[in-house]
Amino acid sequence: MKHLLSIADLTPTSAMSILDTAQEMSRVSASSVKKLPTLRGRTIVNLFLEDSTRTRISFEAAAKRLSADVINFSAKGSSVSKGESLKDTAQTLQAMGADAVIIRHSASGAAQWLADSEWMSGSVINAGDGTHEHPTQALLDAFTIRKHLGGGTGDLRGLQVAIVGDILHSRVARSNVQLLTLLGAQVILVAPPTLLPVGVESWPVQISYDLDAVLPIVDAVMMLRVQLERMNDFFFPNPREYSHFFGLNRDRLRTLKSGAIIMHPGPMNRGLEITADCADSARSVIVEQVTNGVSVRMAVLYLLLAGLQEEEPSVNS
Amino acid sequence: MSNYLIKGGALADGSKRDLYIADGLIVEKGSAITHPAIASAIVIDASNSLVLPGFVDLHTHLREPGREDTETVLSGSRSGAAGGFTALSAMANTSPVADTAGVVEQVFRLGQEAGLCDVFPIGAVTQGLLGKSLSEIGAMAQSAARVRVFSDDGNCVADPMVMRRALEYIKQFDGVIAQHAQDPDLTQGAQMNEGIVSSRLGLRGWPAVAEEAIIARDVLLADHVQSRIHICHLTTAGGVEIVRWAKARGIQVTAEVTPHHLLLTDDEAISYNPVYKVNPPLRTQADVMALREGLADGTIDIVSTDHAPHPTESKECEWQEAAFGMIGLETAFSIVQATMIDSGLMTWTDLVNRMSIAPAKIGKYEKQGLDLMVGSPANLTIVNPSLSWRVDRDLVKSRSRNTPFHGLELPGVVIATMFNGNVTHG
Repeated sequence: MKHLLSIADLTPTSAMSILDTAQEMSRVSASSVKKLPTLRGRTIVNLFLEDSTRTRISFEAAAKRLSADVINFSAKGSSVSKGESLKDTAQTLQAMGADAVIIRHSASGAAQWLADSEWMSGSVINAGDGTHEHPTQALLDAFTIRKHLGGGTGDLRGLQVAIVGDILHSRVARSNVQLLTLLGAQVILVAPPTLLPVGVESWPVQISYDLDAVLPIVDAVMMLRVQLERMNDFFFPNPREYSHFFGLNRDRLRTLKSGAIIMHPGPMNRGLEITADCADSARSVIVEQVTNGVSVRMAVLYLLLAGLQEEEPSVNS
Repeated sequence: MSNYLIKGGALADGSKRDLYIADGLIVEKGSAITHPAIASAIVIDASNSLVLPGFVDLHTHLREPGREDTETVLSGSRSGAAGGFTALSAMANTSPVADTAGVVEQVFRLGQEAGLCDVFPIGAVTQGLLGKSLSEIGAMAQSAARVRVFSDDGNCVADPMVMRRALEYIKQFDGVIAQHAQDPDLTQGAQMNEGIVSSRLGLRGWPAVAEEAIIARDVLLADHVQSRIHICHLTTAGGVEIVRWAKARGIQVTAEVTPHHLLLTDDEAISYNPVYKVNPPLRTQADVMALREGLADGTIDIVSTDHAPHPTESKECEWQEAAFGMIGLETAFSIVQATMIDSGLMTWTDLVNRMSIAPAKIGKYEKQGLDLMVGSPANLTIVNPSLSWRVDRDLVKSRSRNTPFHGLELPGVVIATMFNGNVTHG
């Protein structure tokens, strides 16, 4: 595997291999010297053409723990904001010898377009493209679920996961539906019909408009961020009504089955899709998701780059 | 002016006829030409080929004035001639917009100077294509360009009252409104057909209903004011149904389909390659089959290319940043042969009707779309259906390279094109 663009690129075996590697990497993160020499001398570019501090620093931490050289390239203050094309940016990074580009972009398909182009030869990792996919988020979510509900090994067979909220605009949901299903879990999407895409009936999921009916049966509930701007596009009448039907609150928390976990990809709108007492409850694994994000991203970088290095014939031999 | 003998070809009905062309006209037609000047004629070998009336494209974007970097009336005419066309209608969304007599006369004159086909400018329905107030429809109709087709193509005439008035106003010139049917509110930021593929790709959906709602409204308006409406680039099965219903009611509606909507589906977007980004978007296989059926049974009257040249940088970028549109003049005939003739849905006579006779009638282009009769202007194309060719975007006559068919092997080669008795291709 050269790139990670979409969960569709993964097989159950390769997905499990990433999770198993992440498990190893989490030991590095837990030790006092959080560093491996694996990617010494490799150059990794964080190409963030859409604001995202959380994902960027997670990838940065992952790359640095593997001893790679990290260059941060963000839209603000860069040539991209002056109208430079993705092509020119990619060719510039190629000329600088980037071994991998981690791209975050507001346009769906940007990562695939970059990988399919002949503008650069390095690996491309999709760190979120528009409303399409965010594969490393899904991997860290699967890793977190497995750790809590699967004993830390094996796949997710037999588990039920609810994804609640703005499915229509969510790259996290698109990646998670594919990955959780690939690993054997059953996914239930819970959202108002306005926030489900036309065509969702073709997805391998169950659909519900009734959060209260779903909460008692699932092993994990993943709350998605709802952007208040959506209200102006008639997706829902007002924040209060949204919270009333689709928000996770104290009353609903009590209906979860024992052992069920609460997840959120962040950043949260406390009080809208999730109340503070739910976000901070003992069932919440939201902070841990962030920790696991670094391990999973270390695993992805390791598998893409260290693997490639071995395949390439050495110049001296 | 040279005289020509087109020898050994068959007409659309399959009958073998030679044609003798002189002074821009078909002078003699038969199995053995006896004209005394025959010895001086340049012989065009049409054996194994069909000799058909020149194609008429009611919907092109020739980009002049304003975007001469992507196409000019001359380069567009060359591209048309290479595709077998002898007449092109040029849409009004130029810069400046063709909403005055001055601009349409300029385009018309550029077409005459190029001399490779008739170029008929289409006038804007509303000033600046803004959908607010009517453009100088009368002045354009009376100008040297004699405009009869009016369209805001690229934009929909969305305001129902503006549409109603436009439909009424053009009646005095025997005009037609060519509507780009797209409800702007239902398609804000839309990127591709809304359906299973868009749900997966995370590209904002362009629902079929956004097209069908406008078609339904406009056929009812045309009925109410007894005027002529032409539906540009129909793409949905539902749209075909509405037009079929309107025709059965006797409403004066005509409709067109593009070659790309006859062949390609929204599955192409999976590549995120913006060469497949087009307005209206590529739809589903069920829509493609309904469009073919509609074209075959005459619900859809004509094939138009919606030839839309764009510079490389507008297509070599992220999908949502890319421009909408594809070039199509040089591949149109082959796509129609592949989808409609080779599939057994239409005859060659049907093809001549859909690509020459009917579009000329809609546009009131009197010297185009005529049967190849003695005395008719020699506007014709010679095609060999049994040859095939491979599309190469680097070899197109258009100034732009944005063809979605690059690398595709297609049946049917345009051997030669003749406009007013002059060979313009071949």
